[in-house]
Amino acid sequence: MTPLLSLERVYRSFGGVRAVDGAALTVAPAEVHGLIGPNGAGKTSVLNLVSGFLAPNAGRIVLGGRSIQGLGPDRVAALGVARTFQSIRLFPDLSARDNVVVGQHLRRRASLVAQLLALPSARAEGRSARETAAALLERVGLSDRILEPARHLSYGEQRRVEIARALGSAPRLLLLDEPTAGMNPPEVRAVAELIRKVAAEGRAVLLVEHNVRLVMEVCERITVLDFGKVIAEGTPSEVARDRAVIAAYLGSEP
Amino acid sequence: MGGLLSSLYETYQSTLAYTALNSLLALSVYTSLSCGQLALGSAGFAALGAYSAALLTLQAHWPFPLALAAGLAVPALLAVPLGLPVLRLRGVFLAIATVGFGEVVRLCLVNWEYVNGAQGIVAIPQKTAVWMIYLALGVVLFLLARLRGSKWGFALEAIREDEPAARSMGIPVARYKLSMLVLGAAMAGLAGALEAHFTFMVAPNGFTFGRVVDMLVFAVVGGARLYLGPVVGAAFLTLLPELLRELAPRVGIEAGPLRLMVNGLILLAVILFLPSGLVSLPGRLRAMRAARSPP
Repeated sequence: MTPLLSLERVYRSFGGVRAVDGAALTVAPAEVHGLIGPNGAGKTSVLNLVSGFLAPNAGRIVLGGRSIQGLGPDRVAALGVARTFQSIRLFPDLSARDNVVVGQHLRRRASLVAQLLALPSARAEGRSARETAAALLERVGLSDRILEPARHLSYGEQRRVEIARALGSAPRLLLLDEPTAGMNPPEVRAVAELIRKVAAEGRAVLLVEHNVRLVMEVCERITVLDFGKVIAEGTPSEVARDRAVIAAYLGSEP
Repeated sequence: MGGLLSSLYETYQSTLAYTALNSLLALSVYTSLSCGQLALGSAGFAALGAYSAALLTLQAHWPFPLALAAGLAVPALLAVPLGLPVLRLRGVFLAIATVGFGEVVRLCLVNWEYVNGAQGIVAIPQKTAVWMIYLALGVVLFLLARLRGSKWGFALEAIREDEPAARSMGIPVARYKLSMLVLGAAMAGLAGALEAHFTFMVAPNGFTFGRVVDMLVFAVVGGARLYLGPVVGAAFLTLLPELLRELAPRVGIEAGPLRLMVNGLILLAVILFLPSGLVSLPGRLRAMRAARSPP
């Protein structure tokens, strides 16, 4: 199967630090792909490269057959990529629902003229955007808090609103940057379930996560980064047995 | 009764007109604020609108509506080449660059013989009626009201609250910022054109840095988070001096210095206690009353 996303020998350095050092990885459509590695391995940099927040120094990033390196985040989003952020970036004064309404920006097609004249088409679209937002918040288990300003929500709730907001654009590829950080075990289980369902809808997920157990549980394939280089790639059980991975995580024997 | 009303109207016609003109100008600063940009080119845009329209009615004998349209279009078009480079600047740097633009416009007019330099253009036909200014303000408010809660309105709020997050939703941030600058320039230009044909004259010293600070203060005092805020602020701070002029002699102070002092105090009080402006006052009072009464 042709991959949805592929990184081909991608380099990116900051000053003298090679954050991403010739990394290559591919994500198939509807695949849940894990990206793990010790702190500072370059995982978030990879997500920033894919989502257009960083441009690579060298290498190619291909999405659905099209080179996307160098495109800005809004252009990449328009090609079907949505993301969450490691440090939560909700719109704090907007309600949970309005955050998810903003997430549907790319899907809303009414013209400015129709909106200014309040034509029925524009009003119907606004209504359906709010309904979709409510449905997405229900999916992440927040149906009772949809009108709450985002800044009043707990940490775990904010992370879930971010996922709902990212799903609002109906992306082909969903980038999750540590979605379960700060969550309690039941919340983590709910996110694992959600990730599976999202993939079952045909959306690919690239998951950066510190909770290795969650990654092993939901991912079909895993790429392991260390110092910006790919040190292992394969199914969860292959990766778990890999000597280089064990060495990177636990330190190698002398 | 009718006689009293018409004499009241004549006395306060100018105040009425300036309430709406200042509202338009405050809104021209608000458009950029609504997407998180502190752009202070409005005095320059208003000057361009005023001079363009005045020259067209006075020299080229254009019909007034067409001259108004030109007064709106000229600054709007100029805002595009201005915005493309300066909107890459952030925060106070954008403010400085746009203030610089306004000063360049003003100094060019001061040194331009054709428009009488610092003396400005006089004997402009008085074509602006007060209702026209209110009509323009009404149209602007209607458009802003319609944007609120729409895809575009939400995009602007998203940009103001978190620009990278907004970009990751596919919102073309640069295009939105430029559009709001152009919209603000059009509004300022229209206000300038209307003002020129209300007061018979335009001069460069009507478009100083101080004028754009006034516009910003209107927006901040009224509240820069909702389109009604700048209107409330402009109306309040335009009507207040009239009130003070009546009151000042009774307490034995001169009206001029009192006005500046009161304006300063109001601005300080709003920034300290009502950061979302006067429009947030009713909601705040309601919340305070709810907090005081037992559940």
